Amino acid sequence: MTALSALIRRDIRIALRVGGGALIGVLFFLTVVVLMPFAVGPDLALLSRLGPAILWLGALLASLLTLDRLFMADHEDGSLDLITMSRTPLELACAAKALAHWLAAGLPLIVATPVLGLLLNLDMVATGSVALTLLAGTPALTFTGMIGAALAVTLHRGGLLMAVLVLPLSIPVLIFGVAASQAAIVGPMTFGAPFSILCALSLVSLVIGPFAAAASLKHGLD
Amino acid sequence: MTLIDLANPTRFLALTGRLLPWLAAATIILLTIGLYQSATAPDDYQQGATVKIMFIHVPNAWLSMFVWGVMSIASLGTLVWRHPLADVAAKAAAPIGAAFTFLALLTGSLWGRPMWGTYWEWDARLTSVLILFLMYLGLMALWRAVDEPSRAARAAAVLTLVGAINLPIIKFSVDWWNTLHQPASVMRMGGSSLDKSFLIPLLVMAVGFTLLFVTLHLAAMRNEILRRRVRSLQMMQASRVAFSEVGISSREDSTSKEVGAA
Repeated sequence: MTALSALIRRDIRIALRVGGGALIGVLFFLTVVVLMPFAVGPDLALLSRLGPAILWLGALLASLLTLDRLFMADHEDGSLDLITMSRTPLELACAAKALAHWLAAGLPLIVATPVLGLLLNLDMVATGSVALTLLAGTPALTFTGMIGAALAVTLHRGGLLMAVLVLPLSIPVLIFGVAASQAAIVGPMTFGAPFSILCALSLVSLVIGPFAAAASLKHGLD
Repeated sequence: MTLIDLANPTRFLALTGRLLPWLAAATIILLTIGLYQSATAPDDYQQGATVKIMFIHVPNAWLSMFVWGVMSIASLGTLVWRHPLADVAAKAAAPIGAAFTFLALLTGSLWGRPMWGTYWEWDARLTSVLILFLMYLGLMALWRAVDEPSRAARAAAVLTLVGAINLPIIKFSVDWWNTLHQPASVMRMGGSSLDKSFLIPLLVMAVGFTLLFVTLHLAAMRNEILRRRVRSLQMMQASRVAFSEVGISSREDSTSKEVGAA
């Protein structure tokens, strides 16, 4: 247990300090959202209708771009080999690393959401519901993305290949995240149904992600 | 003859070489019967002649999921049993499965245009099949991105098993969500709701398409084995050339040293 908490604390500290790059994700998120009014035109009514979708898409891309550092940095300095050889089960270590990554790179996105909601002309209810769905959905993005990060480190290929492999897996999260926030803002649908499916997706990925990532690290590293 | 005996690629090549002509003949015969039966099947009272798209669309859609299932079993073979031909089977199946999925999507949209009034609709069944298609393409990209087959095999196996979660979602998407796509009518509790005049040609076509997949898959596996042999022969040739050059240059070095000493 202490080993895992030490791992989480170490990862967060590395991510937040100089060279970690966790906060670049927030900057990227901001830039994507600022780009959108230029693409669709500065029509405030249209922006507030598209707002949840834009925020979700920005958060998805931002969390995807920070993911390939999840194992790569540890692989380069050799600490990944120590983690795979240590007595803690590799699945738990992977889960701890993903949790640390989510705390360092995922939570700041959710904190930034209210500010970006202002830029997109979203009211309090809309911003709150988008932030809530992001809080429930981004763990799923991190934990499924971890599979791609593990594959990237074993194949020595990052970037586009990882995005191509991970993005199809994140489509359900995007669908139900946007559906839940739209339901809270306008929809005739209830907020509860898509939101509980979103939570279920997060929980399922919490189970599958660490096992798949650990399997690919075990079989792939040599 | 068990699965372990086939671990020897030479034995596998010999066996499939004898099997393939028979399989190909059976495929042609069944598909001919199936196509004839579906051409002579009666028109639907509502859909008219467009119902005949079903005889192509449904087998393709079944096969698109069946092939991923085959790949998942092959991935288990790679990761758990370390069967030497499992990754060959997984690699050879991916493009065939992608082709079946693409044809299912294409025939579905051609059928959807007269029936639903639209080529594409973002409903649960169509979206989940599209995700399946994207995952096939991603897997093929992964196989192409890595030059060492055994390393790519293990990564692809993990990804295939994760992607297998999509199969039950595709199967039950029409029951879980209220979609435009019709719910299951052939494989369901309480027997098929399809009339016999449609059901029999459909089943013949399904068996024919499955045989077509088995034939293409075995042929593709043979090609992959031969391709790997060619690759290793080329590598051996290359290393022989490299070593002989090193040998020549070292001999020249030693002769020049001798000359220098003299």
